[in-house]
Amino acid sequence: MTVAQPQALNFDCETGNYHTFCPISCVAWLYQKIEDSFFLVIGTKTCGYFLQNAMGVMIFAEPRYAMAELEEGDISAQLNDYEELKRLCQQIKRDRNPSVIVWIGTCTTEIIKMDLEGLAPKLEAEIGIPIVVARANGLDYAFTQGEDTVLAAMAARCPDQAPVKTAATTKTEANPMQRLFNFGKKETNSSEINPEPEYHDHPPLILFGSLPDPVVTQLTLELKRQGIKVSGWLPEKRFTELPAIAEGDYVCGVNPFLSKTATTLMRRRKCKLIGAPFPIGPDGTRAWIEKICSVFGITPQGLDEREAQIWQSVENYLQLIRGKSVFFMGDNLLEISLARFLIRCGMTVPEIGIPYMDKRYQAAELALLEKTCQEMGVEIPRIVEKPDNYNQVQRIYQLQPDLVITGMAHANPLEARGINTKWSVEFTFANIHGFTNARDVLELVTRPLRRNNHLQELGWDKLVATEV
Amino acid sequence: MKLAYWMYAGPAHIGTLRIASSFKNVHAIMHAPLGDDYFNVMRSMLERERNFTPVTASVVDRNVLARGSQEKVIDNITRKDQEESPDLIVLTPTCTSSILQEDLHNFVERARIEAKCDVLLADVNHYRYNELQAADRTLYQIVKYYLDKAGKKNELTLEKTAKPSVNIIGISTLGFHNQHDCRELKHLMAELGIEVNLIIPDGASVQDLKKLPRAWFNLCPYRELGLMTARYLEENFHIPYVDITPMGVVETARCIRQIQTIINQQGTVVNYEEFIHQQTLYVSQAAWFSRSIDCQNLTDKKAVVFGDNTHAAAMTKILAREMGIHVVWAGTYCQYDSDWFREQVREYCDEVLISEDNAEIGNWIAKAEPAAIFGTQMERHIGKRLKIPCGVIAAPIHIQNFPIGYKPFMGYEGTNQIADLVYNSFTLGMEDHLLEIFGGHDTKEVITKEMSVTADLNWTKDGLAELNKIPGFVQGKVKRNTEKFARERGINNIDVEVLYAAKEAVGA
Repeated sequence: MTVAQPQALNFDCETGNYHTFCPISCVAWLYQKIEDSFFLVIGTKTCGYFLQNAMGVMIFAEPRYAMAELEEGDISAQLNDYEELKRLCQQIKRDRNPSVIVWIGTCTTEIIKMDLEGLAPKLEAEIGIPIVVARANGLDYAFTQGEDTVLAAMAARCPDQAPVKTAATTKTEANPMQRLFNFGKKETNSSEINPEPEYHDHPPLILFGSLPDPVVTQLTLELKRQGIKVSGWLPEKRFTELPAIAEGDYVCGVNPFLSKTATTLMRRRKCKLIGAPFPIGPDGTRAWIEKICSVFGITPQGLDEREAQIWQSVENYLQLIRGKSVFFMGDNLLEISLARFLIRCGMTVPEIGIPYMDKRYQAAELALLEKTCQEMGVEIPRIVEKPDNYNQVQRIYQLQPDLVITGMAHANPLEARGINTKWSVEFTFANIHGFTNARDVLELVTRPLRRNNHLQELGWDKLVATEV
Repeated sequence: MKLAYWMYAGPAHIGTLRIASSFKNVHAIMHAPLGDDYFNVMRSMLERERNFTPVTASVVDRNVLARGSQEKVIDNITRKDQEESPDLIVLTPTCTSSILQEDLHNFVERARIEAKCDVLLADVNHYRYNELQAADRTLYQIVKYYLDKAGKKNELTLEKTAKPSVNIIGISTLGFHNQHDCRELKHLMAELGIEVNLIIPDGASVQDLKKLPRAWFNLCPYRELGLMTARYLEENFHIPYVDITPMGVVETARCIRQIQTIINQQGTVVNYEEFIHQQTLYVSQAAWFSRSIDCQNLTDKKAVVFGDNTHAAAMTKILAREMGIHVVWAGTYCQYDSDWFREQVREYCDEVLISEDNAEIGNWIAKAEPAAIFGTQMERHIGKRLKIPCGVIAAPIHIQNFPIGYKPFMGYEGTNQIADLVYNSFTLGMEDHLLEIFGGHDTKEVITKEMSVTADLNWTKDGLAELNKIPGFVQGKVKRNTEKFARERGINNIDVEVLYAAKEAVGA
């Protein structure tokens, strides 16, 4: 049985021999999120092959992304980078007419030192489409950090002045029919006559992190209940609707891998960062809201009941996982938040692998993790930065955890050895934020355990030929 | 620079890794940045492999960029040697290491001193070769290395086996239906009374490679993988090879006759004619199928074919020669070997298309308006868009092309599988077409499946907008659950907040 140990978090760092997705994978969700964008990945066949296979079916839905595939002439500088990129971007403009072209720099452009940041403004002026450069390469970053590099670059493109008001008025003016139809419905109507009475008077708050639209709505509503108005999201649905960010505005992250974006917003845009735990799990969501409220001097209303209600609604899931152990091999930087949530659910976590640990950006999340461990009376997990997958597999054999959250390279081999796994990538693509989606996280976590309940009597748990 | 949305053959290192991971107890170490080990995911997912894929990366990061790999690659090789005691470690360059121009040869030389296992550097240039060419080269390189080594140690067994025997060359991981083809070929050889000496690379041990010269002949079923090795074995050990793909009734017979000739030349008289006759007329259903009324209805229907050399050429011949289907055009993405393809299909189609550009291929399909397509996953999706059925006959492929059931493309059982594939593709198209002509199955108005009576409930504009964001296939369920939730609580107006409250309460 585990015993509470009043120790601080301990951090290890291994060799960095671990499996993760290349950060260029962020185009897969960002091109869908930012509807008027076009992502051009400047790299080799290797990058293209990865994207093509990792994104499976999405490839065929006429994606708004493509490879600028470098050939030998590009590498040896026999071809002129500027001319080549101009040719391709003009083609993209002609065929798709996007509002922004995002160039994704790769390992190759790093090594041959292609000056994308230098070329972009020139080409932008020449073809008349904004070009945003993000260096999301495997030399420097892992998986979800790709989004971080893109959003950090986008942060520079947000307007200073708040066109928010004018946008709002033009919207209502452009939509007189809508007002007509809404006539007689008290709330909406009154809010238009008397603009936003339900909000407290607080400085502008901009949230950053790309989330599916339903989750954006949910989190925005959650803050609205506290009288907090979200002035904008980075990114918005369209590049042309990027939020205005002025000096002194408040910003808050919704995902743990956005440290570069946070830094950019603080240093370049002179924003104030609200360092909060991330709204993953009802405990995280509550802490996130409480932190934002406290910064604005607002007393949060009804969070106790709201959190309790969510916990109660997922009780049948909790029964499945209480007292079980979970091992995070680490590949998408959501690990700390998920581990904290699962500990609160009653699980134990021997190891949290994570590609990169920004102790400053994640400070509040780490503090909440520590506090959660103490309150639940479980041992504090070992946090392993840049893990070594080989060593981890040895530790997994030793510990025999009830669940391993891991990448797809290890999932089937571990399953064949009788160890339950959950693919970590699903947490990146599922809706996991806010009170509303706590159930979805648990649905994922418990799936292998529920599957076992169905199969347990068949005696088929070890399915690998004994090795000589 | 080239604008590309899709590629048919992967990068060179994938080919090398396919060979390395096919052998038993061979480990590959990629000199690559983080994230380039995507091969492991494909192997683990597509082939549902139970074992860890023996591929690791010696990670190229900022430090390597600044100072070079130095000891890192060598350390990784010696470490893997100790951890897994492989027979061979293949150091695999990637596009990144191609440009870094580190002296990987030197690393290999130095690692050899410390490691107990053999160490090789895969000799493939990322910018010159694709996946298929690289696989062919790597297999050749490994075979040559072990035969040279055995030669030096006088360990080569040159004496032929007592009974006629064969090496089957080119079966590899992530190959299109390779496992099933392999089983079918073994079965075929057994029926012909031919012993299988070695199958490479799949499941072979590098220590066994020295036995290769014992075989009477080599069989290379795939055009893309194994020919370099077979030619090398012919030149150096005088082992003849058969490079006729036994796919389709006629080609299978031709392959078997070629084998017969080769065995007879080596002094053992065999006659397979009766076997071919029996199989063709009574065991395989394909010959009978082409005679049956079903197939008669396919006569002169238009089809297009696209894929790798092996499969596209074989399919074109089967469709045109064995089923009387009109192949409007046949194409391949193996540009480097296009002459061979032209030569093979010339008589069997109107036009030949050599291209790696999926947009061009899509246009050719649209222009031809065939009744069915036989192609890769890409063509399947083009077909979906154009509402033309497609049978998948070649890589690139998805998980559904790694079936658990027995589905060879080669040999006599293969002819049955192909007949099903072709027939099902065309009849599906027919059915669709008929439905359209007669205006669908249901001419009466469909009675709604929804349980809800919406009269008492009002969806607000924002609620409805939010509902519409939910993917179609669960929308109905979410709507019903939300309305149930609202009714139970006496809520009349369903807005976005009610929608999500319902989700929280009942997991709608």
